[in-house]
Amino acid sequence: MGTTSFRSGFRAATDRAVSGLAILATVLVIVPLIAIFVYLLIMGARSLNLAFFLQNPVPEGESGGGMANAIVGSAVLLGIASAIGVPIGIGAGIYLAEFGRGTKLATAIRFTADVLNGVPSIVMGLAAYSLIVVPQGHFSAFSGGVALGIMMIPTVARTSEEMLLMVPNTIREAALGLGLPNWRSVLSITVKTASPGIITGCMLAFARVAGETAPLIFTALGNSFWSTDPNRPIEALPLQIWVYATGPYEDQHRLAWAGALVLIALIVIAVSLVRYVASRGVLKGAS
Amino acid sequence: MPRSEDSAVRKFLMSRGNSAFADRAFHALMVICGLSIFGIVLLILSELMLRSGLAWHNFGLHFFFLPPAHDSNLGQTGSYWDPVNGHFSALPFIYGTLVSSLLSLLIAVPLAIGLAIFLTEMCPKVLRGPLAFVTELLAAIPSIIYGLWAVFVLVPLLREYVNPFLVKYLGWTKLFVDDNPTGLGYVAAAVILAIMILPIISSLTREVMTAVPHSQREAVLALGATRWEMIRMGVLRNARIGIVGAVILGLGRALGETMAVTMVIGNTPEISKSLLSNGSSMASVIANEFSEAVSDLHRSSLIEIGLALFIVTIIVNAIARLLVWAVTRGTPASAH
Repeated sequence: MGTTSFRSGFRAATDRAVSGLAILATVLVIVPLIAIFVYLLIMGARSLNLAFFLQNPVPEGESGGGMANAIVGSAVLLGIASAIGVPIGIGAGIYLAEFGRGTKLATAIRFTADVLNGVPSIVMGLAAYSLIVVPQGHFSAFSGGVALGIMMIPTVARTSEEMLLMVPNTIREAALGLGLPNWRSVLSITVKTASPGIITGCMLAFARVAGETAPLIFTALGNSFWSTDPNRPIEALPLQIWVYATGPYEDQHRLAWAGALVLIALIVIAVSLVRYVASRGVLKGAS
Repeated sequence: MPRSEDSAVRKFLMSRGNSAFADRAFHALMVICGLSIFGIVLLILSELMLRSGLAWHNFGLHFFFLPPAHDSNLGQTGSYWDPVNGHFSALPFIYGTLVSSLLSLLIAVPLAIGLAIFLTEMCPKVLRGPLAFVTELLAAIPSIIYGLWAVFVLVPLLREYVNPFLVKYLGWTKLFVDDNPTGLGYVAAAVILAIMILPIISSLTREVMTAVPHSQREAVLALGATRWEMIRMGVLRNARIGIVGAVILGLGRALGETMAVTMVIGNTPEISKSLLSNGSSMASVIANEFSEAVSDLHRSSLIEIGLALFIVTIIVNAIARLLVWAVTRGTPASAH
């Protein structure tokens, strides 16, 4: 009787101890993370003003100025990246969901896409440098866009596949039963039904590459002046944040915080939208 | 129906032709898009191997463990990484990457698994949604923003409070010697890496734990187990392969993390025993030096480091994904 009650007491005590540890771990994780988030919001809000969006950077040491060229530059880069990443990514997603289901090739492609998502972005930048910057002989927004685009392809492919798989088979069968050619059925019916999900998946990939800095360091390079030329070096928001944050000027630090807030706002909107669309389900969002 | 006189319906259908060509073309186009994934891997591999040829030719495999060059001018050992004299050894970067990543795992893994256990087994339902949303949000925050926070908040914190504490109480291990107290170094890098990989390890662990069928939990409870025993025997034991996979995935992310590490690791191509000293990682040296590299050998050496990073992260990620897949049985996982 003595050993049994010790044993059960020991087990109960262990259970309570581990529960406490798990709660401790949760608090240790969530509280600092929320603190980081709130700190970013406060520091960014302090520095954000209209000039940030409308003015170009001023020379070092002077106060004022904004990051207008970086915002526009990011927009150009993301435009090029989306033009490359979205069509090919959705195409790969369509293949995985519609044509390749159950095949070994599709499994291999899916696996490779997942693995590619974990490759550091600086490697993509190196590949774009080698592929485009070296033959052209100069840095350019185009090479930066290509680096970001090839990062988008695996992400968009996986999310598109996921969304397309959610479309019930009855819809596909109905379309084919009405005499639609297969390609029409896939494009006009299945993809259209899943389009809210696919679009938000693209948005998620978009938000992810919007914050990438490393691939741009030696492809787009950065530009202190206003530029939208794809053949010239171009500034980008995360790139500018990096340069300012690692510099010694207080005014630049202030601008870096404001830029960080803009980026975070973009991320929060994208993630929230994805969750909202995912919770509504695919069919309810069909046009 | 007489063959000589086709019905109007038949005439209509036959006049429309069929879509065989369009179907085949569409199918082929989609296959090409799918194969582009392989194309990307091959592209990166071929470009990196092409450009690192010069460094490979000069140093061979020794590139990864060359000792510091002997500096004949000053009569002392030079540095591992000397762009001026053309001596390039990747050893300090491999050391820095390994130290910062493994240290970050040490910090992150217990916390991530604790968080996952709380969220799947113990959390009241009303909290589960918001907490999961917060974790997902934090996984999506770009590296540069973590780096920004680390430079302005974490490093001063370490410099003022944590590092002196470590030196005072753990200095006897010779691992915590702070000759140059800036707050930068392996510890700073490890902490910010831990914060960054925590959401990934935690959410993947949660996915793996949720994949364990309820019957396992119920069976253990029916035998009279406490809640922790149920978690340990019913869930963790079944999910442990997947949890290992989640941890390895976190390691993969930590190995390749560039911006946040570059901003806090100190960027000194040296090998030091002390965890508080400055160092450098493979990704950080590329980010720092590439746009200013003058000689072809310098650039080629950096690209070779990039190639090594690429191969290592591919292998690590592949192993991790296989392990996770083994538990969740290949259901399309959400893109992490």
